[in-house]
Amino acid sequence: MAMRYETPATTKEAATLMAKAKGSAFLLAGGTDLLVRMKSGMIEPDLVVDIKHIAATQSIKKSASGFRIGAAVPAAAMGEHPALKKAWPGVVEAANLIGSDQIQSRCTIVGNLCNASPAADSVPALIAAGAKAAIVGPKGRRTVPVEKIVTGPGTMSLKKGEVIEAITLPKRPPKSGDAFLRFIPRTEMDIAVVSAGVSLTLDNKRVVKKARVALGAVAPTVVLVPAAARAIVGSKLTDDVLEKLAAACSAACSPIDDKRGTVEFRTEVAGVLARRAAKIAYQRAGGG
Amino acid sequence: MAHDPSYTNQEFKVIGTRPPRPDGLDKVTGRAKFGADAFAPGQLVGLILRSPHPHAQIRKIDTSKAEKLQGVKAVITSADMPDLTNGNRNMLDILENCMARGRALYDGHAVAAVAAIDMPTARKALKLIKVGYEILPHVTDVDEAMKPDAPIVQPYVRTTGVEPKPKKASNVSQVTQFGHGDVEAGFKEADVIIEKSYKTEQTHQGYIEPHACLASVGPDGQGELWVTTQGHFAFREVCAKLLGMEVAKLKVTASEIGGGFGGKTHVWMEPVALALSRKANRPVKLVMSREEVFRSTGPTCSTSVDVKIGAKKDGTITAATATLRYQNGAFPAIWAMLGAMTSYACYNLKNVKTVGYDVLVNRPKVTAYRAPSAPMAAFAVESTIDQVAEAIGMSPIDFRIKNAAKEGTRASYGPKYGPIGIGPTLEAAKNHPHMRARLGKNQGRGMACGFWFNFGGQTCTDLNIGVDGTVTLTVGTVDVGGSRASLSLIAAEELGIAYERVKCNIADTGSLGHNDMTEGSRGTFSSGMATIFAARDVIEVLRERAAKTWEIPVEDVVWEGGQAVAKGKAHGNLTPLTLSDLAAASPNSGGPIAGHNEVVADGAGVSFASHICDIEVDPETGATKVIRYTVIQDAGKAIHPDYVEGQFQGGAVQGIGWALNEEYVYGEDGRLQNPGFLDYRIPVCSDLPYIDTQILEIPNPNHPYGIRGVGETSIVPPLAAIGNAVSNAAGVRMTHVPMSPPRILKAIKSEQAELAAG
Ligand SMILES: Cc1cc2nc3c(=O)[nH]c(=O)nc-3n(C[C@H](O)[C@H](O)[C@H](O)COP(=O)(O)OP(=O)(O)OC[C@H]3O[C@@H](n4cnc5c(N)ncnc54)[C@H](O)[C@@H]3O)c2cc1C
Repeated sequence: MAMRYETPATTKEAATLMAKAKGSAFLLAGGTDLLVRMKSGMIEPDLVVDIKHIAATQSIKKSASGFRIGAAVPAAAMGEHPALKKAWPGVVEAANLIGSDQIQSRCTIVGNLCNASPAADSVPALIAAGAKAAIVGPKGRRTVPVEKIVTGPGTMSLKKGEVIEAITLPKRPPKSGDAFLRFIPRTEMDIAVVSAGVSLTLDNKRVVKKARVALGAVAPTVVLVPAAARAIVGSKLTDDVLEKLAAACSAACSPIDDKRGTVEFRTEVAGVLARRAAKIAYQRAGGG
Repeated sequence: MAHDPSYTNQEFKVIGTRPPRPDGLDKVTGRAKFGADAFAPGQLVGLILRSPHPHAQIRKIDTSKAEKLQGVKAVITSADMPDLTNGNRNMLDILENCMARGRALYDGHAVAAVAAIDMPTARKALKLIKVGYEILPHVTDVDEAMKPDAPIVQPYVRTTGVEPKPKKASNVSQVTQFGHGDVEAGFKEADVIIEKSYKTEQTHQGYIEPHACLASVGPDGQGELWVTTQGHFAFREVCAKLLGMEVAKLKVTASEIGGGFGGKTHVWMEPVALALSRKANRPVKLVMSREEVFRSTGPTCSTSVDVKIGAKKDGTITAATATLRYQNGAFPAIWAMLGAMTSYACYNLKNVKTVGYDVLVNRPKVTAYRAPSAPMAAFAVESTIDQVAEAIGMSPIDFRIKNAAKEGTRASYGPKYGPIGIGPTLEAAKNHPHMRARLGKNQGRGMACGFWFNFGGQTCTDLNIGVDGTVTLTVGTVDVGGSRASLSLIAAEELGIAYERVKCNIADTGSLGHNDMTEGSRGTFSSGMATIFAARDVIEVLRERAAKTWEIPVEDVVWEGGQAVAKGKAHGNLTPLTLSDLAAASPNSGGPIAGHNEVVADGAGVSFASHICDIEVDPETGATKVIRYTVIQDAGKAIHPDYVEGQFQGGAVQGIGWALNEEYVYGEDGRLQNPGFLDYRIPVCSDLPYIDTQILEIPNPNHPYGIRGVGETSIVPPLAAIGNAVSNAAGVRMTHVPMSPPRILKAIKSEQAELAAG
């Protein structure tokens, strides 16, 4: 049977096509994961629904409540959006680490999230940022924190027919900063062996008031580490505090040994990266 | 006509210049035809079914369903490739590697193949083939394979090189030994002895172009093969033998080649393509995927090496030994032997002994990878050399200079050296600004030397003059690194004409006599020699034609600056005849003007290099960055310096990848975990600094121009140079290649723990 390819004009239509689909059906954003899987024969879809013709998925919108990044917006467009870069430098730097220039001109953060890999680069930064997914399904709309979307390697909490229309980032209070770091053995074109995203807000005395820390590639899904956040809230990120942060991150790791890294290595380096990312975020927040 | 190959210190006009290569434009515009770019009417798509098991008895192969699928034109198994090798075990091994015969010997071993009208049909057909496997115990690690209770990979193998001759099968296929003097006595004289063990993991040549061919065999027993290869004449002979064809009836054409580095010196699936074509009676195109390339074509060995070196306080090495265990994959070969030969080739040693163990494991058949076996031996030896130098308080460079081999030195592998470049490359390294450059925090510098034999071999070349005076040079060595440019320069030099007037072609096997492969850094050395001689033959013809035109004795005609000149007072008023004049007159002066040469080019000069590199290590993550890298190597004579530098840089880059990140990762299940460029990490551009080069020219006495091969030596020092640099930067000795971040971090942590424990 030949594969069907559809280009709906609205998210609702896309959801309806997906809900009614028999056989294997996939949404297509940038295609940098999906097409690779199709070409290698890992999947043989009966239906592919391309979301790139839906107006609501196309743009980055700034409003009083924050940012709304359409599901078809390529990572490169995020890097070319000055306001987004200024408010969420960590999220943008994470998206702009994916693959290469060629990949970034196509790939999306929604695709990155829905590929459901624990090593996805933009996801720890999104979770640290408190990002939410705006979902359209056959039964209407719902909004879900990003950390609730992926349930394990390759699995998601989305129900049949549900489509992510956009990712939202909250309004940024003053004196806030975020940062993302990943470890790869090469300089580019690689998959994170470990990664860390940190977002924080300071008070007027440069004391950390709020923080979120997320780690990638150290567990079946990207993990939010509240203990790591607790370790730095109320501090000025002195060395002893950073050590506690690193220890909390290492403690939150339950990685595997594989071709990309060992348990030992991932556990150790998760702490190192979180410490370094926290320092960058602190600096960006004006902590000096 | 007999020609003298001796070096003559001739003065050059075009040799040493850097014109663009003749194949360059087509390659950068995508017009060049590589292995997968040939098409034949009615061609079928070939696909190979491969074993998912590292070691399994093949109980049954049911191809009936696949054969019945519409669009399938042939399905073959080993039954369609009968053993015609007449007791030649080496040839049978090659056949068995192309298609399993009763037993799958590694993950990726071919067990069946199909030819179908299109790719979807071929894919479907593969899925319809049912193979009954009985899984056998396997072994993939070289040291494990040598243990007495290890699963036996090849029951027919009895260890050679040991007395008494063993009666039982073993995974050690041969033991070889080299050296001279009395090492025990030598160690007694030493003030310092360092003994250490090293490991290197398996790497692949990583050529960008996968194996690909288009095969066609007719019922009349004639066939053609278009293929990406380093040696189409050898491919012809092997394929003809395995398929029971006559050599002359199989025409093999070498496509442009997207890298080989040794991996394309060997047939992997070409006999399968021919067998499919014969059965289907249609042309068959077979193109490997990257995964197939990794799982089933010639990686280099993983190794385990013990080194012991003793020296006096004054820096003299008194004795040196090495025990080298190299895995060859599932078929016997000589890779440990080459490691044992090259280990100490850089040094002038009174007492030296090396022992090589060639070992079988359930991994793909190992084949040559650029100076095969030398980089791993150099890693072990050159790492130890640094430690000995440190222990006696000498700088690594001075210690090497003191012990370097020179003209007259008896090499550890046997012969006496002629004029060689190890001393000069070391002196050049010592004087290089790189050696004195300041190092930053967490940075370390390392250096190492390397050696490669180089090879000459059989060569055959034609040189034809067109009626317009342009020159067609026809050679039989595949151009893997710019040799067409170099050979055109040589023809132009000899004939005294411009480079642009020469066109160099690579002949198919029907158009020229046998040529050995482009391996052993022999292309420019040997075809260069045959080109010089063929051109000199042509000059003889040209002089005769001029003499005939002028009606004077040929002795009075000389060839000068691209024209025939009459010498002697009696002929003073004769206007010289140019190559174009003589070419235009050729139809009436005796017909086509051609030169030809066939030669066994002996005396390929050995080649040495010294490398320097600076590495920065992140002590918290084990991440490395190559800050600076310098290659100094003896080229004998650089015909086209761009392509000599390219070889220096290319070898260094492959060595950097090997040293830092590249490795075959096998799971407990004996399956290759990373058969793709995502997780088999060759360096990307941004991982590398500019690789600086310095060409030394110490003429090879056995070549008219003094040429030595340059293609391989450059990959020998990097593992060790980087190992020494990383060890200096991290403050801990690295003994396991690749020095990936997890390994470096682990070494740093254990060193810290040890220091803390006191
Ligand atoms: C060469 C190369 C390098 C790469 N490097 C990196 C890297 O460095 N870091 C990294 O993290 N990733 C990397 N990737 C993977 C990939 O590029 C990223 O995961 C990318 O963000 C995927 O986005 P996409 O838009 O292309 O997704 P697609 O391929 O279009 O989709 C991915 C998955 O999400 C689903 N999906 C798409 N849109 C929606 C939607 N609106 N709602 C619900 N589900 C949806 C699809 O069905 C599919 O399952 C690389 C890939 C390649 C080919």
